[in-house]
Amino acid sequence: MCRDCACGEPAPDPAAVPASAPRELTLHTALLQRNDAGAAALRQRFAAAGVRAVNLLSSPGSGKTALLEALAQRLDPTRLAVIVGDLATDNDARRLQAAGVPAVQITTGQACHLEASMVAEGVHRLNHQGISLEQLELLVIENVGNLVCPGAYDLGESLRLVLLSTTEGEDKPLKYAPIFHGADLVLISKIDLAEAVGFDRAAAHAAIARVAPHAQVLEVSARSGAGLDALIEALGLALPAVR
Amino acid sequence: MHELSLMEAVRDQALAAAHADGAIRITVISLRVGELAGVELEALRFAFPVAMAGTIAAGAELRIESEAAECHCTACDAPFPAPDGCCDCPRCGAISRQLLRGRDLRLLSLEVV
Repeated sequence: MCRDCACGEPAPDPAAVPASAPRELTLHTALLQRNDAGAAALRQRFAAAGVRAVNLLSSPGSGKTALLEALAQRLDPTRLAVIVGDLATDNDARRLQAAGVPAVQITTGQACHLEASMVAEGVHRLNHQGISLEQLELLVIENVGNLVCPGAYDLGESLRLVLLSTTEGEDKPLKYAPIFHGADLVLISKIDLAEAVGFDRAAAHAAIARVAPHAQVLEVSARSGAGLDALIEALGLALPAVR
Repeated sequence: MHELSLMEAVRDQALAAAHADGAIRITVISLRVGELAGVELEALRFAFPVAMAGTIAAGAELRIESEAAECHCTACDAPFPAPDGCCDCPRCGAISRQLLRGRDLRLLSLEVV
C-alpha cells in the first residue's frame, strides 16, 4: 500500500520515477572560459609591464626556434625572453639560451598545445631566473608545433604570428584554415629555399589572403637574414641603430 | 587532439550547472562547434563517453550544432558562406575581412531530470 497517502494504490517504484520533471538548462557558456579568463589576466599583466607578447604558431620543423635565434642576433637579447612548449625535451630552450636569450621550456607531455595556465607558469619560472616582465620588450611564446590545436587557445598575446615554411608547400593555409584565421602576421619562412623546393610564392600569398584576410604577410629567412628587419618593425620593436 | 580536454571542460561546466539546479541526472548535452574552431567532431564524439563516465552525465546524449563559417562582403553588402574558411566572396571575388561566425565553441544547454 502507498505509504504517502494511504490511497490503496501499490507503492510506486522509486527507481522508475524521476525525482523531478525533465527540464532544459540554458547555459551558452564558452567551453574555453577558464582558459579565456587566464588569458585575460595575462594580457593585463603584459600590458601593465609594457611587454609585447607574441604567440608563435606553426607546424613542427618550420623554423620557429631558428627564427628566434636569428632575431636574438639583431635585438638586445636581454630585452627578449621565450617561453617554449614541446611535448618533450628541453632542446629548444637550450638552443635559445645558447643564443643568449632567457628561455624556459614547458614540456606538455601529451598535450598538443599551450594553455594560458602554462604560460603563467612559464612567466613564474622566468621570474625565478631573475627575469621580470618589466625588463622585457618582447616575450615570445613559442607554441607546440601543431597547425591545428593551438589555434583555439588564447594565451594573452597581443600578436599572433603564424609561420609557414616553404618546405611545407604553398597550400597549407587552405588545408589548415582555422589557425590562419586568427593570425595577425603570417611569415613565410625558409624563403631562401623557395626556388630549390619549387615553392610557388604567388600561390602561397593568394592562399594566405583567402584564409587570413587580416594578416600582414612577410617573407623571411633565418639563415640569410632576409626580411628580418621588416619583421622587427612589424613586431613594433626598434631596430638597433648600428650593427 | 585536444578534444578530450575540451570534453572535460564540457563535463565540468555541465556538472556544475546540474548541481546548482539540483538535478540528479543529465540526459542531453548540447554544444555548438564552429567550422573554424579547430575541433574534429568525430574526436569530440569519441571523447564524450570517456569524459562523462562515472558521473551523472554517463549515458547522456551528445548533440552538436555545427556552425558554418560565414563572412560579410562589403562590396556586395551581403553575407556569404565561407566553406573551409576561404573568405573570397563567390559573387564578386573580393576577399572579406569580416568573419561573421564560424569560430564558436560553446556549451548551449543541458536536459536534466
